[in-house]
Amino acid sequence: MSFLELKNLNARVGPLPILRDVSLQVAPGEVRALVGESGAGKSMIGKAILGTLPDAIRITGGEILLEGEDLQAMSPKDRRRMIGAKVALIPQDPLTALNPARRVGPQICNRLVDILGWRRREAEARVIELLHEVHIPAPERVMRAYPHELSGGMRQRILIASAFAAEPQLIIADEPTTALDVTVQKQILRLIRDMQARHGTALLFVTHDLGVVSKLCQSMTVLFGGKVLEDTSVDQFFSAPDHAYSAALLAATPKYTDPGGSLMPVPEATIHAVEAEIAAHDLAHQTETVRQ
Amino acid sequence: MADGRAAAKRRINPRLWLSGGWLLILAVAALAAPLLAPQDPLAQDLFASRLPPMWQGGSEPGFPLGTDSLGRDVLSRVLYGARIALLVALVAGTCTCALGAVLGLIAGYYRGWADVVISRLIEIWMAFPPVLFAILLIAVMGTGLTSIIVAIVVIDWTRFARVIRAEAMTQGAMDYVASAKVAGRGRFGIMIREILPNVLPTIVVLLTLEMGIAVIVEAILSFVNLSISTDDPTWGSMIAEGRAAIHHSWWVLVVPLITLFLTVLSFSQLGEGLKDHFDPVLR
Repeated sequence: MSFLELKNLNARVGPLPILRDVSLQVAPGEVRALVGESGAGKSMIGKAILGTLPDAIRITGGEILLEGEDLQAMSPKDRRRMIGAKVALIPQDPLTALNPARRVGPQICNRLVDILGWRRREAEARVIELLHEVHIPAPERVMRAYPHELSGGMRQRILIASAFAAEPQLIIADEPTTALDVTVQKQILRLIRDMQARHGTALLFVTHDLGVVSKLCQSMTVLFGGKVLEDTSVDQFFSAPDHAYSAALLAATPKYTDPGGSLMPVPEATIHAVEAEIAAHDLAHQTETVRQ
Repeated sequence: MADGRAAAKRRINPRLWLSGGWLLILAVAALAAPLLAPQDPLAQDLFASRLPPMWQGGSEPGFPLGTDSLGRDVLSRVLYGARIALLVALVAGTCTCALGAVLGLIAGYYRGWADVVISRLIEIWMAFPPVLFAILLIAVMGTGLTSIIVAIVVIDWTRFARVIRAEAMTQGAMDYVASAKVAGRGRFGIMIREILPNVLPTIVVLLTLEMGIAVIVEAILSFVNLSISTDDPTWGSMIAEGRAAIHHSWWVLVVPLITLFLTVLSFSQLGEGLKDHFDPVLR
């Protein structure tokens, strides 16, 4: 059975659809990529699962099942407890993801103490252990530091340690390397991969970098305009993409084997075809709603 | 990084020290007024009226800063006036801060209908001209220290509510709030543990500014004779009396005026200095 399952999830801002009948599954221990352009709704899926959608965005239909239980049917408190115990987040921007007014240690111990009911001392020991695991020198000192005293890469390591600390079954990584510079990106990606392998945690990896996907993930979901275009294994995607847009996306990836080659944008005809597909989907959805 | 912090600590912020120093001196003087004041601030002595300060010819010992037209000692009155000024600054400032900050936090973090109600309230409130509003309130409640403090709180809470609301909104949109939520924190918990520590520097800075404003408002109200009884020494009423006698005894006007000026300036500079001090990047 899959650990996380989205069934026909729909979300809107006012009348504008953000997610269109999104369905996807993440099995225990699976590393799934969520790929798409900016604005395709990748991050929104993560936020919908975690319950941190902005107020303006409403979920208008569909189910979010965690171990077969519908999150939306739960009381806010139960939902918080469930998410807090089983799902964690590696955020996009490590610079704003730590509270600047509080020391690092207490912040990352919170979940262990509040949700899992650990003693503070045990939680601290556990977090120090994890900080060692993500190669942070002198973790005891880092625990007492304020976020602004640490570099971006350090902060992202801390957030990774914090995500793994409570041994969640699923981690949602929302473009965890976009805010970092390229040399640090590589280290962080390797770290995430190693940690995932060691802890066997399922990972939903939101990204627009196909190079990262090919190295890190097993399966992937391609999104465009809030609609799932392709749900496939990574091997399958890179050898023979099913959807025309996927193929164009793959062709658009710059290749270092051809440094003089020009960059290939996704052809407009492909975009138009996908947009037509989405319009047809919306129309079908509307007629269905009217019929009901 | 550690060196930068040490350097910042070693560097003396003159703004902070000068303003803090003046306020400390004033606070000690106010507390010890009965010991320090050379005369009874209320005692009138028509034979000793309009005595000049001690560095001018014709002064008398025991009246170092001269006397007013009723022969009351200016220094003693300024010292006792500091008690009222600082009491108003402290109590009115703190109450205004508490009310405004709580409403601002709720509006800025909870949003929704609470924000709508509080924001409309702020807009309506700010449409009233503040000093006239204060005079109206005093006229209704009657003069007295409590009335002044209530008037300041009722008028000025919007200053806090507006700023804190905006700040709480910015902080509420930060990723660390989302992280705290994912880690299982409830809304109230996030407001107290995550948002409040980040708006606290703003609150403290605003508080010091508000104390300065409270001193001015009290002076304005006693200048127009709407503060506590005329006999009681307040800086505002001294300035009002001194204004009438400016041509033959300037010191009656100038001494309380300079004290008032330095005090209000110190409060605002203390706020500025604290702002730098709290800035997490400069800290």
